Amino acid sequence: MADISEYPEALRDVMEMFEDIDEHGRAEILLDYSSRFQEVPSYIAQRPFPEDHRVQRCESEAYVFTEPNAGGGINFYFAVENPQGVSAKALAAILQESLMGEKAETIKAIPHDIVFRLFGKRISMGKGEGLLGMVALLKYFADLTQKEQKSE
Amino acid sequence: MSNSGYAHPDALVNTEWVAQHLNDPAVRIVESNEDPLLYASGHIPGAIQIDWVTDLNDQIRRDYLDRKSFENLMSKHGISNNTKVVFYGDKNNWWACYAFWVFQLFGHTNAAIMNGGRLKWVEEQRPLTKEVPHYPASTYHAQERSDYKIRAFRDQVLGHVNGQLPLIDVRSPGEFKGELTHMPDYPQEGALRAGHIPGAKSIPWSKAVQPDGTFKLPDDLKALYEQDNGFAPSQNIITYCRIGERSAHTWFVLTYLLGYPTVRNYDGSWTEWGNSVGVPIEK
Repeated sequence: MADISEYPEALRDVMEMFEDIDEHGRAEILLDYSSRFQEVPSYIAQRPFPEDHRVQRCESEAYVFTEPNAGGGINFYFAVENPQGVSAKALAAILQESLMGEKAETIKAIPHDIVFRLFGKRISMGKGEGLLGMVALLKYFADLTQKEQKSE
Repeated sequence: MSNSGYAHPDALVNTEWVAQHLNDPAVRIVESNEDPLLYASGHIPGAIQIDWVTDLNDQIRRDYLDRKSFENLMSKHGISNNTKVVFYGDKNNWWACYAFWVFQLFGHTNAAIMNGGRLKWVEEQRPLTKEVPHYPASTYHAQERSDYKIRAFRDQVLGHVNGQLPLIDVRSPGEFKGELTHMPDYPQEGALRAGHIPGAKSIPWSKAVQPDGTFKLPDDLKALYEQDNGFAPSQNIITYCRIGERSAHTWFVLTYLLGYPTVRNYDGSWTEWGNSVGVPIEK
């Protein structure tokens, strides 16, 4: 497991909330985040969302979008088409509330074990893969957006 | 909707039936989900949660719980041998069917699936609660887990391949074809090889459900499996997917809705086959 200090600074507070937490407390916090999920604004993307923005093998039908901001950072957004996809919405809200607008390097530095720290080590393989896929696709598009920024 | 026409109508109840039996001591409602947060976000009043990872699986071996653990699980939730257990859940009842299937390994035949699952209950604006019920412990006597009739293992599947016996791959067409994404640092499906088991026919699980999430009607199911794909009740069929939950859904359809007597679910599924050394694979 990555040490908390290896996490981007903007994520450390939320990651610390999940240290040594019981399952009830974990669920309460995640559901609270899930309730604050905000879908991608229509000026960024509209249905039907493009397939190349879809998180493969995510059972919650999540999509990831990015755009450069004026400060040289990355704004990013999610759509979660499965109305029952509360875990995907919780992860999206945590990432957005913590890292929105950060530099691509910061987003790309999200440690691989974030899903297990947030959702617990006993999360199923399929669920873990879907949520990890959201993080991986966010990193991919952050990198792509950064390269486009540099080439302009 | 009536269940008439299905081979085993008692194995399927509708949301209204569940609503009428919320306080029935002879009935236990069980929620089983893919998303572990859903139950905590609100569930059918009186429903308990059974999680396929933490409750139904052995925590060391890749296998299901044993008889003693199953008895303890039933006792903890106040389920007796005579209790009618009704399963529902997210994702069109994938995990509900999976839990139902595990219960059958222990011979708990007084069981049913709530047609349409959690989403139908929610969309009908039926009540949900966050209150977790606690039932007095019961005494439960389970049979030893019996795998031979409804569960298939890798070597049996290999025998099926060699014998050119019928297999149904219920994953998506992309998974069946072995299409891989080439995006860097991107999680695959937990298998080193992609494709399908030779000879398997692709019938995605989703073809067995209607747009509202309920199972298709008997004639439509017969048309799907028999007219369109050439299967017959007399066949010895194995279903599989990635980890056995979607194929439990198709296993339920074939066994309980169409009445096929010899259907087994290969729970090792693609995560085992696609990682096994030397087994044949088709793309």
